[in-house]
Amino acid sequence: MVQSNEKTVFPYIPNSVPEVKSQMLAEVGASEIMDLYAEIPAQLRFQGQMNLPEPILDEYSLKRHLRGLLEENKNCEEYLNFLGAGCAQHFVPAVCDEINGRGEFLTAYVGESYADHGKWQALFEYCSLMGELLDMDVLSCPLYDGAQAAATSVRMAARINGRREVLIPKTMNPESSQVLRNYCQPDLSLVEVGFHPQTGQLDLNDLSGKISAKTAAVFIENPSYLGFFEDAAEEIGRLAQQQGAEFAVYTDPISLGVLAPPAHYGANFACGDFQPLGMHLQAGGGLGGFIATADDMKYVSEFKDLMFGITETVQPGEYGFGEVLFDRTSYGSREHGKEYTGTTTGLWAITAAVYLSLMGPRGMEQTGKTIMQMSQYAARCLSAIDGVELRFNSPFFKEFVLNFDRTNQTVAQINRSLLENKIFGGKDLSRDFPILGQSALFCVTETKTKEDIDRLTSVVRKVI
Amino acid sequence: MGRNHDTLLRKFHQARWDEPIIFEMSVPGERGILVRQAEKSVENEVGDGVSVIPSSLRRTVPPQLPEVSQVRVLRHFMRLSQETMGTDVTIDVSQGTCTMKYSPKVQEHIATRHPGMAEVHPLQPESTLQGLLEVVYKLDLFLREISGLDRFTFQPGGGAQGVYTGASIVRAYHAARGDVDRREVITTMFSHPCDSAAPATAGFKIITLMPDEMGYPDVRALKAALSERTAAIFITNPEDTGIYNPRIDEFVQAAHKAGALCYYDQANANGMLGIARAKEAGFDLCHFNLHKTFSVPHQCMGGSVGAVGCREALAKFLPVPQVEFDGQKYALNYESNESIGKIRSFIGNPQSVLKAYAWIMQHGSGGLREAAECAVLNNSYLEKKLIEIPGLTVHYAPDKHKLEQIRYSWEKLYQDTGVGTEDVMRRMADYGLQHYWMSHPPWIVPQPFTLEPCESYSKDDLDEYAAVLRQISREAYENPELVKSAPHNQVVHKVPEPSIDQPERIAVTWRQYLKKKVASSG
Repeated sequence: MVQSNEKTVFPYIPNSVPEVKSQMLAEVGASEIMDLYAEIPAQLRFQGQMNLPEPILDEYSLKRHLRGLLEENKNCEEYLNFLGAGCAQHFVPAVCDEINGRGEFLTAYVGESYADHGKWQALFEYCSLMGELLDMDVLSCPLYDGAQAAATSVRMAARINGRREVLIPKTMNPESSQVLRNYCQPDLSLVEVGFHPQTGQLDLNDLSGKISAKTAAVFIENPSYLGFFEDAAEEIGRLAQQQGAEFAVYTDPISLGVLAPPAHYGANFACGDFQPLGMHLQAGGGLGGFIATADDMKYVSEFKDLMFGITETVQPGEYGFGEVLFDRTSYGSREHGKEYTGTTTGLWAITAAVYLSLMGPRGMEQTGKTIMQMSQYAARCLSAIDGVELRFNSPFFKEFVLNFDRTNQTVAQINRSLLENKIFGGKDLSRDFPILGQSALFCVTETKTKEDIDRLTSVVRKVI
Repeated sequence: MGRNHDTLLRKFHQARWDEPIIFEMSVPGERGILVRQAEKSVENEVGDGVSVIPSSLRRTVPPQLPEVSQVRVLRHFMRLSQETMGTDVTIDVSQGTCTMKYSPKVQEHIATRHPGMAEVHPLQPESTLQGLLEVVYKLDLFLREISGLDRFTFQPGGGAQGVYTGASIVRAYHAARGDVDRREVITTMFSHPCDSAAPATAGFKIITLMPDEMGYPDVRALKAALSERTAAIFITNPEDTGIYNPRIDEFVQAAHKAGALCYYDQANANGMLGIARAKEAGFDLCHFNLHKTFSVPHQCMGGSVGAVGCREALAKFLPVPQVEFDGQKYALNYESNESIGKIRSFIGNPQSVLKAYAWIMQHGSGGLREAAECAVLNNSYLEKKLIEIPGLTVHYAPDKHKLEQIRYSWEKLYQDTGVGTEDVMRRMADYGLQHYWMSHPPWIVPQPFTLEPCESYSKDDLDEYAAVLRQISREAYENPELVKSAPHNQVVHKVPEPSIDQPERIAVTWRQYLKKKVASSG
């Protein structure tokens, strides 16, 4: 701590040096600082003292304090983690952390495409790399998270066809569906489509009964929240489009080295969350949403967020960037813009660009394959335990539902026992999906080894 | 040789790497990283893993991603970072309304490197998240003190999503009372566009009040617009002009009298910490941007947090889960029948919450007030320097003290020389300063620009900043083409048509660009 005349000089506030402050006050013709607040009338001034803790002024003590707090948490490096459910523990290449830790990116904001050319290019590359992964031509700057991407996709669809009803699967990610329920008010209504009890997949009879000329969009997840594939995705899309509805598919981008992107089975919108592409868990803080469509002005003009287009500068052949259809956004047209836009997740989008650049086609394919193998291995080992069953018989990606009804224990009890063995068990589904009984959603990514899975299996066998 | 002592100008040139697009760097077969593959024994047991994928869902053509070795990927993005003028490398007074303050490295290092933050899953049992929940709970307590309101949520991922959260709460509040005809929201033209766009997204009809000749929103217009249809007013104060509206309580009282709620967009709160609060002005809801006022870095536009606060009567509508404390342990409460549900997945961006918590812990109430005072003092000081520059004016209330920012105008310069605010904006980065932010459209103030010299900048920084604008003004009068053709010392040259609206010019991905290039050359 630096002291001057016994008054604290804050290292982040250069002009808190009393002599400097006095000199500047004199230069602006003020005798005291409150002269500068003359416009705030007395009755609107806060007369009291904010009841905040005594400050921890020096950096070392602050660091100790923060570290002490974080050490109250357990984490997924010291515990074996099988939680996913919308935020998954994937491998993060060191180069991703190196780039998103760069001060220039970390502290940039809304600068223009000259001084911030690198930021514009990196975000253009994010869109371009995601475009290849999704095999679609158009993306905007990122959205807040996958849930927002789902919500905006269906609102885009409704604006395009002027309809008001959206069909969603009953098995939808409950975090996303809660966001969607709020975001669709007051104009859109959501209709849930049931699932096949053995496969988990969308019940096509129920879908056929519910789809109509009022349907704005049919929204599915593939892979689904509960892990399984929607085998009939192409047919679902056809049914939607025959009725003049848009077909929106929420997908997991890390599956797309082995799984067909939604565009290949007829989706008009591909959306999802790119957290798996290079972001740490961060207690959910690493999420970021994407939406992709074909190059058709019907879709392009309905995106709500900024779009950076590549163009040329006055020097022939030199790349520059510009704003695409700026008046489309609320920055350009206030309440007449498409929904609203603002600060979202730019740094994570740049990180995803780094991730995809490192992975290339081979890395994505191999990672997809490893996840398929490890998750199948885990499902096979766990469901071999007496009383533990795979709830659905569909093939799946990364996550699967295990049912524990025959163990006479609740998922909560089992997870408590796993915790004692330094394992975070699968997400307890009994609150969100009571129809599935005592079931849990286990997530197995490329970060899990055979040894990890064998350990989980032996502990589960022991505790039930 | 350093900065010129007389002119305060430096001979600057930004990094110019002439960097290709990553796809142009691809060499078939190169690998950026090798990834983990399943053990042989696993493969023996489950096979290749992918044969179980239904054939209609198998990817048959690999994604056409570039193939680039690791060092080349690293170098490419390093170079792009060097071609980005973050606040860490410039005197970022430029981005008015954005409060580009210093983001302390200590909090960044802890938040990104400590496994107790970076490697934590949001659905872990509460007993394993006690440190994190304590930080969330305590930041809530801090912001209650700073605003005077009663309860905060940190779920929104940015300021605009915070405003949307507020609009959702307003809608739920009136619906719960059966007051379903309140479909209008009133805002002001100098409030941020999200104050109209986010309530509109939530289904409200928007009425926008224009400023009077002093730059204040017109109180008579407000009273005329209020009715039994008004759900809420969404307003900033000080507005983007930096002028504090001394009659703000009259606005709030008039709205309350009409049965409406009052939402305070506190994106511009930095000059008022400890000095004026939402509570004393009578507001029901407010939000702070943790990435502006509370030092969280701006991260190329996120992620961050719009922290939304409200009075106790509205707390039941906040998104779930809320963090609670029973005196012994922290817990997540998902139960609230009247909650608007969720705005963002899980509990938002906890790493940003940690950084804001750290900043407040480091400053205490005295330090927060010091930050506010120095931000306002810096603004007055810079104004004093700038008004001496030929061609530059303060558009509104030149004789009144502004708080943390000011909307200036180059209209006189434009009339005198033909050099407009966009020209100056491009030119200033030639001297090592981030381009200033002008104004959201429409430009009520002609040839506008908005500066916010928050507490992070020293007197010397402000002198240099003023010197650059003075120099560009001189150039405009002496050699206007030099300014109009800027930039000259930056990453790239001037883009002649930066607004891309014609479908044949729209290329937001590399593949779209290549297709259009072929189409146009064919």
